[in-house]
Amino acid sequence: MAATEWEAVIGLEVHVQLKTRSKIFAASDTGYGAEPNTRACAFSIALPGTLPVMNVEAARLAVRFGLAVGARINRHSVFARKHYFYPDLPKGYQISQYEQPIIGSGEMEIDTAAGPKVIRITRAHLEEDAGKSLHEDLHGMTGIDLNRAGTPLLEIVSEADLRSAAEAAAYLRKVHALVRYLDISDGNMQEGSLRCDANVSVRPAGQKAFGTRTELKNINSFRFVEKAIDFEVQRHIEVLEGGGAIVQETRLYDAEGDQTRPMRSKEEAHDYRYFPDPDLPAMRLDDAFIDSVRAELPELPDARKRRFQSQFALSAEDTAQLTAEREFADYFEALAAAPGVDAKTAANWLLGDLTAALNKHGMRIEQSPLPPAHMAQLLQRIADRTISGKIAKEVFAAAWRGEGGVDDIIAARGLKQVTDRAEIEAVVERVAGDHPQQVEQYRQGRHKVFGFLVGQVMKATGGKANPARVNEILREILNRETG
Amino acid sequence: MTDAPLHHRSITAHARSLRNREYSCLELTRHFLARIEAAADLNAFITVTAEHALKQAEDADRRIAAGQATALTGIPLAHKDLFCTRGVLTSCGSKILANFISPYDATVVDQLNRRGAVILGKTNMDEFAMGSSNETSHYGPARNPWDKSAVPGGSSGGSAAAVAARLTPVATGTDTGGSIRQPAALCGLTGVKPSYGRVSRHGMIAFASSLDQGGVLSRCAEDAAIVLHAMSGFDANDSTSLRHPVPDYPALLDQPIAGKTIGLPGEFFGPGVDHEVARCVDQAIAQLGRMGAKTVPVELPNSAAGIPCYYVLAPAEASSNLARFDGVRYGHRAAEYADLDDLYAKTRGEGFGAEVKRRIMIGAYVLSSGYYDAYYLKAQRLRRLIADDFKRAFERCDVIAGPTTPATAFAIGEKSRDPVAMYLNDIFTNAVNLAGLPGLSIPAGFDRNGRPVGLHLIGRYLDEATLLSVAHRYQMETDWHRQTPPGYA
Repeated sequence: MAATEWEAVIGLEVHVQLKTRSKIFAASDTGYGAEPNTRACAFSIALPGTLPVMNVEAARLAVRFGLAVGARINRHSVFARKHYFYPDLPKGYQISQYEQPIIGSGEMEIDTAAGPKVIRITRAHLEEDAGKSLHEDLHGMTGIDLNRAGTPLLEIVSEADLRSAAEAAAYLRKVHALVRYLDISDGNMQEGSLRCDANVSVRPAGQKAFGTRTELKNINSFRFVEKAIDFEVQRHIEVLEGGGAIVQETRLYDAEGDQTRPMRSKEEAHDYRYFPDPDLPAMRLDDAFIDSVRAELPELPDARKRRFQSQFALSAEDTAQLTAEREFADYFEALAAAPGVDAKTAANWLLGDLTAALNKHGMRIEQSPLPPAHMAQLLQRIADRTISGKIAKEVFAAAWRGEGGVDDIIAARGLKQVTDRAEIEAVVERVAGDHPQQVEQYRQGRHKVFGFLVGQVMKATGGKANPARVNEILREILNRETG
Repeated sequence: MTDAPLHHRSITAHARSLRNREYSCLELTRHFLARIEAAADLNAFITVTAEHALKQAEDADRRIAAGQATALTGIPLAHKDLFCTRGVLTSCGSKILANFISPYDATVVDQLNRRGAVILGKTNMDEFAMGSSNETSHYGPARNPWDKSAVPGGSSGGSAAAVAARLTPVATGTDTGGSIRQPAALCGLTGVKPSYGRVSRHGMIAFASSLDQGGVLSRCAEDAAIVLHAMSGFDANDSTSLRHPVPDYPALLDQPIAGKTIGLPGEFFGPGVDHEVARCVDQAIAQLGRMGAKTVPVELPNSAAGIPCYYVLAPAEASSNLARFDGVRYGHRAAEYADLDDLYAKTRGEGFGAEVKRRIMIGAYVLSSGYYDAYYLKAQRLRRLIADDFKRAFERCDVIAGPTTPATAFAIGEKSRDPVAMYLNDIFTNAVNLAGLPGLSIPAGFDRNGRPVGLHLIGRYLDEATLLSVAHRYQMETDWHRQTPPGYA
């Protein structure tokens, strides 16, 4: 009997911290890294008598996301209370949305090995974040920091449309890129601005019904999402092939051990006792509000990608990379708009040398020591033949190190390209004279030595000779003297 | 000069005398503080803020001297102990908050402070406003000044006892199912609960958020109108507070009764009403008729569902609102516990009284998965039907009248072992909260034991002005509201 072929079925719940200045239901500041409890106002610590007041900015950012994924924007949505006891949940309930979320169904396209694939988004709802329990350096006690309590979250729930850990990671990357594009979140996973839970099950390929699922919590990096899901899928398959059954439960991903372990079973699952929050009237959004959000939407990654393909005649692969992050695409556009800069050259430099340097130093494009204007100057000097592409790499490295402007570096290091015919001719003559054997080989039709001779000329000029001119003159001389 | 003892004078009379320097705020405040001390056996107050009151009184005297007096400058009052008061114990009648000094003022407290009112103290109440007798208070029952063996009603029992014994001219209260109107009736006072959303709930410790509403207990409708006007209005800190402008209630008191139609629901005049209560209420309605009001029969067919509906929704919201009292950040915390669950169980087990626990359990049950539809959702549907009944009735009348309670004050201990008998005290009042309407109780006579009877008036949504004017006109023609309990003259 042939071994069963298994198919993974995955859905993600992504929690995105929205970039509002104040909390979702209170006027105190949000923000990461403040001294514990310095941003815990009366409402954040749930003093008796305090009441929630909706921060409209959070709704605005949620709608921005909804419009970007073509989702239904619910004109009428309801906040509900989700109850459980935990010390970092000050009210004993979290204000969330349950039956009537602000954002209804939408969709998002991801790139997979097999080409583009549409992932359906079930819903996205607003809720407040909890505080944090601190266990370190407290000598067996638990500390509570309520700074984060009340930070607005958008929980984006996907349908179970993902079929591999790689697809899940691609989807998460896409969500990450989109929320940054939309400027609704800083998307910083280390600081917890973007967190992810995954629902995982497997089924025999071709079967329609879903298998029993487990929910993975605490997978807070792109790498961990892939590893945790891979582990869990494999675990499901092993259990099922060993004749066992999957227990519906919540599991925690342990990054150190690269495994998942049970957190609570279905029987232990909380009864959250959801009911509409009587302190908050239903949220009503009118067309004017939604239109005003639509008007402030930036160009979205997919549209920008298509535009880059047609406007700059770039490949699908290049444009996908250029538009994956808003800042990166902005950089490219600023560069390509500079006079005398060729888009293809700009793309090559950005995706090549600049990306390599950024990666090496762990920097983001907006931190690049070379702003677009400086990079444009470099490319202009290549285009106007002041320097060769090869010399340009040296200039780039020097500029990255902060040795000065592009032109200053070229001047200071004497890197200006030699294009003067007489000057190049003289060097070519000398090289030809020094290498009679290779000249003879060329003239007998063994043209492979041409490259060697070009190299010798470049070496003799310290790389400054214009390669095209060198080619042209060398060919002339070699051909002429056969006469 | 004054012709009556200070404690029998109205707010308007005090304000006039204070402006004319017939007496000072300090003297007035001292007068009431002395009465509070002498009547300590009523247990009307949880905290008396004497020192702070005298300071506020001095400030008020300066303000008056500077010609900056408002209608409430220098007027002493008391707050129910669920209004947060900065720097003062705000216990909500519960052990779990018996050490809670609020760091902020409720909006209601702030509004009255800013007008120069003087806070005498914080009044006793049923724990978390859950009760109709003031017997569930962690601080022991308050007593009814008309008969100290009887309850003053609840949950604003301390406020009612204090105003009835003339320990304060006026007191704030809250009303979730009758907690202002029922004690007002049992203590012979005017008690008004405005429309839901009129008075900010910010800083008012929540029992059932969709039903809770702040209001006033006072000697007469005129005093109630002045204080309610000062308390009402939109508050950006309460998303359920209304943006509607607040009418000038004191200026509208003299609207004539002639031409007004009073609706009499058959459901309020059934066999469940004590016959002496019914007699007083009938006489009061006859009086209104003599003053020119027309009466029409109206129907409130779903009113029987009021109690069951209320006792699903209010506990549901309460179970949620009281979840924050966990011993982690403030309030009572168990001295010893094994782990986190034990901390919660012991803290809440020790901190809450039996009635509060009963309602938390009912509330958690009706919200739990599998029961939510059968209880919570069904109750919400009933709530709409009850509200619709009132809407239809108000197509035919301006005010609905009936008894506030089925009977007069009962003895302390008489119903404390029978929660359902206790709940039935609110049978006429809680439908008004479910519908979000304004309601008011005024004194309408006494039973044969000398215990006061209340006439219940219900108004159209946002029409507190008509209710207050009907009450005021009635009080111009009657003197039930001028009676004081023996021993407190």
